[in-house]
Amino acid sequence: MNSLISLSAYDLMLAALLVLALAGLSARMQLGITQQLTIAAIRTTVQLLLVGLVLKQVFETAQLPLIILMMTVMLSVAAWEIQSRQKRKIKPGWGFGVSIFSLFVSSFLITLIALLLIIKTDPWYAPQYAIPLLGMLLGNTMNGIALGMDRLVQTAWQQRAVIEQRLMLGQTAMQAIAEIRHESMRAGMIPIINAMAAAGIVSLPGMMTGQILSGTEPVEAVKYQILIMFMVTAGTGFGVVAVLHLISKRLFDTRERLRFDQLLVENNKG
Amino acid sequence: MLKVSEITINELAPISFELAAGECLGVVGESGCGKTRLLRAIADMDEVAGQVCVDDLCREGVSGADWRKQVALLPAESQWWFDTIGPHFSDDVDFASPDFISLGFGEGVLNWSISRCSSGEKQRLSILRMLANKPRVLLLDEPTANLDAENTRKVEVLIANYLRDHNAAAVWVTHNQDQLKRVASNRYFDFSESAMVAI
Repeated sequence: MNSLISLSAYDLMLAALLVLALAGLSARMQLGITQQLTIAAIRTTVQLLLVGLVLKQVFETAQLPLIILMMTVMLSVAAWEIQSRQKRKIKPGWGFGVSIFSLFVSSFLITLIALLLIIKTDPWYAPQYAIPLLGMLLGNTMNGIALGMDRLVQTAWQQRAVIEQRLMLGQTAMQAIAEIRHESMRAGMIPIINAMAAAGIVSLPGMMTGQILSGTEPVEAVKYQILIMFMVTAGTGFGVVAVLHLISKRLFDTRERLRFDQLLVENNKG
Repeated sequence: MLKVSEITINELAPISFELAAGECLGVVGESGCGKTRLLRAIADMDEVAGQVCVDDLCREGVSGADWRKQVALLPAESQWWFDTIGPHFSDDVDFASPDFISLGFGEGVLNWSISRCSSGEKQRLSILRMLANKPRVLLLDEPTANLDAENTRKVEVLIANYLRDHNAAAVWVTHNQDQLKRVASNRYFDFSESAMVAI
């Protein structure tokens, strides 16, 4: 078993040169991504270094309040990220609540189940397991939830005349948006379903690669990867279901009228 | 049979009227004066102050969906969401019934693709789709706007027969003075004067 080869700052600078070269090329050819690229590269360096320092601290102390604080911050940032990916701006307070709730279902509860029932870490909140697991789940389920929510709101808005026509024909609110809900569920789930289908053949998943690089035996790494895949799939599914349920309820009022004014910020309806 | 009380659309004076079974009320007025909003309010599609009842049943007495099965609104532009005509109708609809024949359709219309229907065909089919629910009240927003003279007459006859056979009532929005005289039972509501006018 080969042990991990530590990377020096010099090694990272070599990798950074590649990005710099790309930025230079883009500037020369006027492709217009130089600035964005540079800012993103600096952000990823600073953010990851900071999180490395924080994780070091959290792992060493392993105090429950500190871990919960960190998890709360992660959850809130993910919820904010979902909000910022929506084409049609949902009323902030309400949209944030839906995102938090669905992420809680999709990531927090699933992580808890994994820690308590599957991996059985000791203590159950052992940060070396809890934080990376939650991070993996949040990162992946967040995508599905953001996609599902965006598709639902966007399609419902585009097809509002059809929805109202169906209501006029005496359909219930849920009948009137049944197809849009199916489509949104698909939109949210397709990335993870594709990822499961392609895993190992087209792509080597990131976590497994990381474990193998750090010297874990491949079969052990594979077992963890399968666990993560299933958790992400279940989490994304439950998260999208929660979002679809809450958003489609909010789309209509108690008289089953279509009410975008309850859902969207006023000035982005056009 | 239909009782509309104090429907209040924005700046307009509250509107109240009653229709007897079989009666058709005409509605005229400039574009944007509130004709469509009045129909939407009666069908309970918007939140509007006032009350609407059909016989003893008022709109809060049933769910929105059940209310609109009885109080059907035909929008000026019909919407279709499946690829063909058939799935927009319930399974027990007979596409060779006299109603379909009278508007120039037959059994085969079931498989027509929506993208190939003209606006006039869609308009006539949307009327048949609405009538298939057997509503008690018809709210018609310029139902013949896309039709030629011949088809306009056929629709007028179909609606008149429906009102008579099913003891239903109708509110008919039109821009056409001649049509107003043909379809309205004995009076119409003129938005420009906010008043009922006898014919």
